[in-house]
Amino acid sequence: MKLITHNMLTSKCMKGVTVGYPLKIQAVDVKTSEVDFNPEFISRLIPKVDWNVLCEAAESVGFLDDLPRELIENYENDVDFLKKAHRVLLEVDIINGELVCPETGRKFPINNGIPNMLLNEDEV
Amino acid sequence: MNSTWKRYLVYFAQEHVNFRFAEIESLLSVFHIPVRFLEKPTDLQPYWIVEFNKEEDVKLLASRSLSIRYCLELWGHAKSMEDLHRDIKTLPTAFFEDHLQPNRTFKIAVQSFCKHLTQADKVTKIQTFSYLPFKGQVNLNNPDTHLLYLEYYGTDSNDPPEEPYCVFFGRWISAGFRQLIRELSLKTRKFIGNTSMDPQLSLLMANQAQVKPGDFVLDPFVGSGSLLVAAAYFGGYVIGSDIDYLMLHGKSRPSRIKQKKRDENESIKANMEQYGLQDKYVDVLVNDFSTQFFRDDTRFDSIITDPPYGIREATEKVGIHKDNYTIEERHLPTHIPAKVEYQFSKLYQDLLAFSAKHLKIRGRLVCWFPVFREDYSDEGLPSHLSMKLVANSEQVLSKYTSRRLLTFEKIEEPIDGQCNGINTIADFRNKYYRTRNETRRERRTKEAGIREQNRLEALQRNKNVVN
Repeated sequence: MKLITHNMLTSKCMKGVTVGYPLKIQAVDVKTSEVDFNPEFISRLIPKVDWNVLCEAAESVGFLDDLPRELIENYENDVDFLKKAHRVLLEVDIINGELVCPETGRKFPINNGIPNMLLNEDEV
Repeated sequence: MNSTWKRYLVYFAQEHVNFRFAEIESLLSVFHIPVRFLEKPTDLQPYWIVEFNKEEDVKLLASRSLSIRYCLELWGHAKSMEDLHRDIKTLPTAFFEDHLQPNRTFKIAVQSFCKHLTQADKVTKIQTFSYLPFKGQVNLNNPDTHLLYLEYYGTDSNDPPEEPYCVFFGRWISAGFRQLIRELSLKTRKFIGNTSMDPQLSLLMANQAQVKPGDFVLDPFVGSGSLLVAAAYFGGYVIGSDIDYLMLHGKSRPSRIKQKKRDENESIKANMEQYGLQDKYVDVLVNDFSTQFFRDDTRFDSIITDPPYGIREATEKVGIHKDNYTIEERHLPTHIPAKVEYQFSKLYQDLLAFSAKHLKIRGRLVCWFPVFREDYSDEGLPSHLSMKLVANSEQVLSKYTSRRLLTFEKIEEPIDGQCNGINTIADFRNKYYRTRNETRRERRTKEAGIREQNRLEALQRNKNVVN
């Protein structure tokens, strides 16, 4: 699971959960793989991303590196910044681990890079 | 280059005819290509005669189209060959001069629609064009100027007329993108499932969705990811979800008859790698569509999906019919959630509501919708106030059933709690099995009747012999 996907997920649909965001990451196995850099796509993606959440997530899996904690202005024209963003958004891949609901502690396992967001029948 | 309106012949493959107009309309709008129709396009004829104002437009359109076989710059079209020649002879020299220069090689090919022409016939027909002022050399393999003479004998291949209904002559501009169908064939694909969509229809769906490079595309009923392959091929970054854990992990029963078990590394990701599209693969998640984990403000550029119809793939969501049911703590680690039927009409209502929420404005939802042909009405289609139906093409599946490829465009942000019309979506699955049961019973009764009659006749014959 990539950090862009993590950035979009919330456990708000669960009973008794009001925000459910962000999900905590407990990573067991994290991999990076090279993905073609597409500056236009990253520029379009950044406004959709919760930047703080992205930085925290990157830090919790040990790949924050020198990514600025604050979103800079005119990032569209800063190739260096876009490359750093590209790396954390698309290249860091959590292969095994867990996502944890911040309110209930419900764990969602990640196996083989695929998070399992299925609830049990007594939770829906 | 040239920016005056010129006449072109757009020649289509005679397959998925009902999807043709919708596909071309979708592509014309995404590329902002202006076009003038000289004849009202019909599904019956495999060609359109249209005007474009740039040759580049024709090439661009053909480069993404699955319906188009090829496009010609029309030099003439007429009811008969004699009329055609007369028309071409009246063309100003400037019209074709550039293409027939001494430094340009050329060839003339002959094609016919719905009738076989012998090689000798073709050669005779080619020779009738000898009056054209060719100056270059012939090159049959890779000519600079490729001219084509086409005869159209209607669409009834069992009974073609003696003479063609009409004939065309023009300069080859560009082929459609149909070689992609073979390139992405399911036969050679690493990971497929029982309901993998064939590449032609997948690509048509991506065209309906107007997928552009850098788009963010979701398939919420992803299965083996066949629709994501097409979307990624056109440059979309793809994400999918499905309730079927085994499918996403490539552990479901194999679909190929000769395959006993799935390979180690069968997955949607492996398919992407097979086609060199791994950079476009974002993620897949195991997720029940009826409980959504996406943040409210997540926006996709398009949603392309083939929901289960309850026939070959079950329509299911997590749930149980018992009240106040809880799972014991000790069972939790290995528990597999129970599922209940996800009502067909509810699934489509949810899909439209989800799309209305999570698409960008003008983003498109492209999905299949199965129907009983005799019951079909526009009112029975799923609908939502924020979603405008822009295309609706039918693929006939059997005598009774068909499925429709619906394309919706999000026209405005939905208002919370807004009533979105009455639910008039008919249940497909129940009727499907009911109809099948009836026809099966009828067939059995009929067959039993015939057998009984044969038996009586045989008895009668035996009696006659004995007597």
